[in-house]
Amino acid sequence: MQFVKMVITGPFSAGKTEFIRSISEIGAVTTDETISRDAPEYGIKPQTTVAMDFGRITVDDDLVLYLFGTPGQRRFDFMWEILAEGMLGFVVVVDSARPETFREAKSILETFRAYAPTPYVVAANKQDHPEAWTPDDLRIALRIDDHIKLLPCVATDKESVKNVLLELLYAILDEMDA
Amino acid sequence: MALKGNLADFSTTQILHLINLAKKTGTLRLYEPVVTKEMIADGAGHKRPRIIPGKERATATFEQGRLVLAAMGDHDGHLASVLHKAGKLNAEQARVIRERGSKYSDKALALMLINANYVTKADIVRSIRQHTLDIVYDVMTWQREPFVFEENVSPPPGRITVPIDLKNVIIEGTRRAREIKPLEEELPNLDLALKFPESPGDKFRGVRLSVEEWRVVGFVNPKNSIHQIAKACSMTDTEIRRVVYGLLQAGLVELVRPPGMAPPKVQAADGTRRTLPQGAQVKRSVVERLIARIKEA
Repeated sequence: MQFVKMVITGPFSAGKTEFIRSISEIGAVTTDETISRDAPEYGIKPQTTVAMDFGRITVDDDLVLYLFGTPGQRRFDFMWEILAEGMLGFVVVVDSARPETFREAKSILETFRAYAPTPYVVAANKQDHPEAWTPDDLRIALRIDDHIKLLPCVATDKESVKNVLLELLYAILDEMDA
Repeated sequence: MALKGNLADFSTTQILHLINLAKKTGTLRLYEPVVTKEMIADGAGHKRPRIIPGKERATATFEQGRLVLAAMGDHDGHLASVLHKAGKLNAEQARVIRERGSKYSDKALALMLINANYVTKADIVRSIRQHTLDIVYDVMTWQREPFVFEENVSPPPGRITVPIDLKNVIIEGTRRAREIKPLEEELPNLDLALKFPESPGDKFRGVRLSVEEWRVVGFVNPKNSIHQIAKACSMTDTEIRRVVYGLLQAGLVELVRPPGMAPPKVQAADGTRRTLPQGAQVKRSVVERLIARIKEA
């Protein structure tokens, strides 16, 4: 049996957990915790990922794809390195409607690029939000090179998530051909 | 679709860079910041009060990626005031023209002033250009104002617009930047090198650089790290950051990893710094099977 791994990363509350839930064949195993009143994130969203999200897509008896979602908060970033080890590629999920997270998105992207020179794509999530920045504007805002795929995404929509994962796999194939 | 945000997260320099690169047409509006009790989280999960737009403080209008007009709440943008500020009219002339010319648009008033030999067309263009730049340079020092960029919103009819290339505005605005911390966030790694973008001749056309900036440009080469350029130009880290940041935002140079540069080391969980193992090695057939599976999901 062969296992391959992709990492779904991005800033706090970017939609990583939803992304995995939309495509995973098992109810995604999440380690969401209710945010305590003392935590700085209290009042922002009811739960947050403290270790990782975990989804699975079985190809056949010999091959399984695992999706690992990273915790978005910096205080859990010690987990990123562990999750990144041996990844086939990664997806950076960005909340297109919250420019206050763009700087962190760029920083996370650079960190994961430093972990391993694997292909990656950027998912411009929440494109259904009325205040979402367009993928073209996000590319400039995040300084994403033209050869990196930046894809519109709605993480709650399975077809949209499928498209992002397929584009990542195509990028991996391109890298193999290069 | 409007671009909304706060200068604390996306600076005026970055907005101008975006407008320049995307050749956008529209109007940027900046508002007084009103701090609320509601809390929001930034990308790292740190909580902070939500800032909402208050009274409009300034506007800047762009056509095809060029700055054409700016106005600020406490600056009277009337043509007579602009010409008075530029020294082309005295206070009394400006007052009379404002009173008698209130029913005319700026364009109509300008024609009358030119025909009456008060000013020349060049005087008007120069004065409006300087008025626009003064406002935008001021705005570039603001740090927490909410902003909205509305696409395809043109200047009010009758206003005189003077197209200004944003590359020079970005470089000059960066020279005037007081706050250094954002530069360190934007350009943390001085071991990276610089290269020219495609068709640099077009990009540099009409750009006015200082002697210091030209010296840096002279060393742009994917083989030279920014540190090496700083050393060759006898610049401190802060000085080179300021110059490179301006050139980057103006789209005149791009960052590149110099040849032979080792992959960056990362902070391990135990605090040590090391290079992590490479990504997984899989066969092409595995990826193709994954593609087929996800397609049918």
